[in-house]
Amino acid sequence: MYIYDEYDQQIVDQRVAQYRDQTQRFLAGELTEEQFRPLRLQNGLYIQRHAPMLRVAIPYGHVSSRQVRKLAEIARKYDKDYAHFTTRQNIQYNWPALENVPDILAELATVQMHAIQTSGNCIRNTTTDQFAGVAHDEIVDPRPWCEIIRQWSTFHPEFAHLPRKFKIAVNGSVEDRAAVLVHDIGINVVKNAAGEVGFEIYVGGGLGRTPIVGSLIKPWLEPEHLLSYLDAVLRVYNRYGRRDNKYKARIKILVKAMTPEAFGAKVDQEWAFTKNGPMTLTQDEIARNQQYFTAPAYEVFTGDDAEFLRQKLESKGFSRWLERNVFAHKQAGYAAVTLSLKPNGVAPGDASSSQLDAVADLADQYSFGELRVSHQQNLILADVKQSDLLALWEAAKAIGFATPNIGLLTDVICCPGGDFCSLANAKSIPIALAIQDRFDNLDYLHDLGEIDMNMSGCMNACGHHHIGNIGILGVDKNGSEWYQVSLGGRQGKGASLAKVLGPSFAQDEMPDVIEKIINVFVANRNGEESFIDLFDRIGAEPFKAKVYEGKPNRREKADA
Amino acid sequence: MLDQNPQVIIDREVVANRWVRVVANEEGVVSVPSEGAVLLSYQYWLSKQEELTLRAAAGHAVAVCFAPDDEPESLPVAANHFVMIACDFPAFTDGRGFSIGRLLRERHGFTGELRAVGDVFKDTINYLSRSGFTAFDVRSDKDIVDAAKGLDDFTESYQSSVAQPLPLFRRRAVIA
Ligand code: HEM
Ligand code: SF4
Repeated sequence: MYIYDEYDQQIVDQRVAQYRDQTQRFLAGELTEEQFRPLRLQNGLYIQRHAPMLRVAIPYGHVSSRQVRKLAEIARKYDKDYAHFTTRQNIQYNWPALENVPDILAELATVQMHAIQTSGNCIRNTTTDQFAGVAHDEIVDPRPWCEIIRQWSTFHPEFAHLPRKFKIAVNGSVEDRAAVLVHDIGINVVKNAAGEVGFEIYVGGGLGRTPIVGSLIKPWLEPEHLLSYLDAVLRVYNRYGRRDNKYKARIKILVKAMTPEAFGAKVDQEWAFTKNGPMTLTQDEIARNQQYFTAPAYEVFTGDDAEFLRQKLESKGFSRWLERNVFAHKQAGYAAVTLSLKPNGVAPGDASSSQLDAVADLADQYSFGELRVSHQQNLILADVKQSDLLALWEAAKAIGFATPNIGLLTDVICCPGGDFCSLANAKSIPIALAIQDRFDNLDYLHDLGEIDMNMSGCMNACGHHHIGNIGILGVDKNGSEWYQVSLGGRQGKGASLAKVLGPSFAQDEMPDVIEKIINVFVANRNGEESFIDLFDRIGAEPFKAKVYEGKPNRREKADA
Repeated sequence: MLDQNPQVIIDREVVANRWVRVVANEEGVVSVPSEGAVLLSYQYWLSKQEELTLRAAAGHAVAVCFAPDDEPESLPVAANHFVMIACDFPAFTDGRGFSIGRLLRERHGFTGELRAVGDVFKDTINYLSRSGFTAFDVRSDKDIVDAAKGLDDFTESYQSSVAQPLPLFRRRAVIA
């Protein structure tokens, strides 16, 4: 994991002082609400329905047990004893008091954490594959590159006030677990035929109101030019992105208006001036960052652990958990474990302070003291010995983090929605809970196989509903809460956007609607066929027919 | 008429503001006083280049102010033709001026006074100074002495900037 040196620490400490001064001036009336708003947003502080909401950065989802204990302490001291993991690998507090935020930041700074640029129209936390560094299909470890991008994007003097927020994701594996195609900039770290490392640069992807899959504008970028090239992309966006309409301000709109070819050409023109300039990365700097992401002190095993293979056969519950929540590791005798934050009855992604403490202990005991947050809002212990898996499973069960549902229907990705968010059209958490409740039978759930379900409370798409196999979107119909269902979205390398099924449904209809969709799947399924493969084969019609059976034929605009 | 701060921060000092910023009135008419140092919009200057160059030659200084959508690339003269160039920030959240500032310094070689005008206050001037600005026309409703302290909000930074062309990674001692 990256460790701050005195420079990194100084920058974060100076931020705490600056923000304390800003808060004081706001409370003293020297900064107006209008002036303070963008300033506090750049520090992750929203004012929401009930209270401010503070988003703390977890750079590319990596966090140490010591940091997790501090997060738990903050939840206990300044919040209602729990915190919420987000789809961008960050953590949120839903109830801090505005005047306590500088103190919270000071506490975070003692463990090398902060809330810098976790919101606002600036470059946000860079995200990556939660299995970076351990994935069996990894080509290049993306984390040193994420850290290099983190430093470059932190307090960048030119890009603090962009037309709109800006998100970068980096992937280094065969499978794309970082959703690079739906980011403002998506980067694949790849190798060419000669074995040299380089980047593929995609721009203009994004969800929200206008979902678009990103376009490849640079098929091969040499590593040393990464930052000067990013500078060039950001400069073109900062100067020419639309500022007259916030719904048209993301880079995707600019790229679409100019065409990806013309946008790429403009970037190249800009880049010609700065390429080979001072931002050209040095080999020393690349090596300095890489040294923080070397393999931990693994024990050497020649193959699978025999005792573990025996345990696996003995318990159905254990083997089910292994099947869903344990991911193949590139090191023999090790595994990566996902702790599910989606048990029945808890808002997806929520964790209490005592759970956080317990999870920190598990990390110390079983995984070199480190944890990761996935964009599916779960936690990962990335380096667990196979021989420890049974004990870890028991321990995770005891704290409610062992639901064997990763990738299944009840592993719902869900935004905070109307319970917390003032932009919401509808609540999302109660729907997620009702669906989890309806599909509580684990045998049935496992038989259904992988189904991504994503839910957002409005078209801002924080819950990524466009890329769910089943997507649910909260819509407002004459002041009451309705839900629009779409099918067929997928994430990863073949990312595609889901299509709306038809008119929306009332809240109490939703569990039935989902059940009908699942029944159509089950009735038409060939063997072990996955939901999304079946959808591609039979299309939306059979689903529509079932779901709207007996409903009066209403016409309604697709995007309410 | 603009509510202009009588003082301005130049090279970290709070001093009297000698430039009068002239903007169009409600009818769109720009009345340039015959004497004294004036700051005019870049577009106006483009339209009256010849007579304004004469005015400047007669000892009455003329400076231009870039709006966020003005492009330094369109300058018909060298940037150093001017002793002072300003960029307007109609709202501090419109960040185009940061790019314009850097371009004027890094690409057009401007060495004179680069001034930020408009929605300028303590919380923006650290980024501004790193983007090449050396003068700050702080909003008249803010305490300019307190605002100047914002210059030191951060004393270290990662990127290459006008204030520090070498990024931190070229200055940081490499950890063994
Ligand atoms: C509760 C307060 C929240 C507010 C007010 C809020 C607001 C917004 C808005 C306005 C957008 C759309 C921006 C745009 O399209 O330009 C957005 C997008 C997004 N939000 Fe949130 N959000 C909140 C919480 C969250 C949470 C808790 C998560 C994670 C679970 C999240 C994850 C995202 C993501 C991933 C996007 C990006 C979608 C895209 O790529 O366009 N947000 N948010
Ligand atoms: S999708 Fe809408 S309702 Fe949900 S958190 Fe984002 S802005 Fe709020």
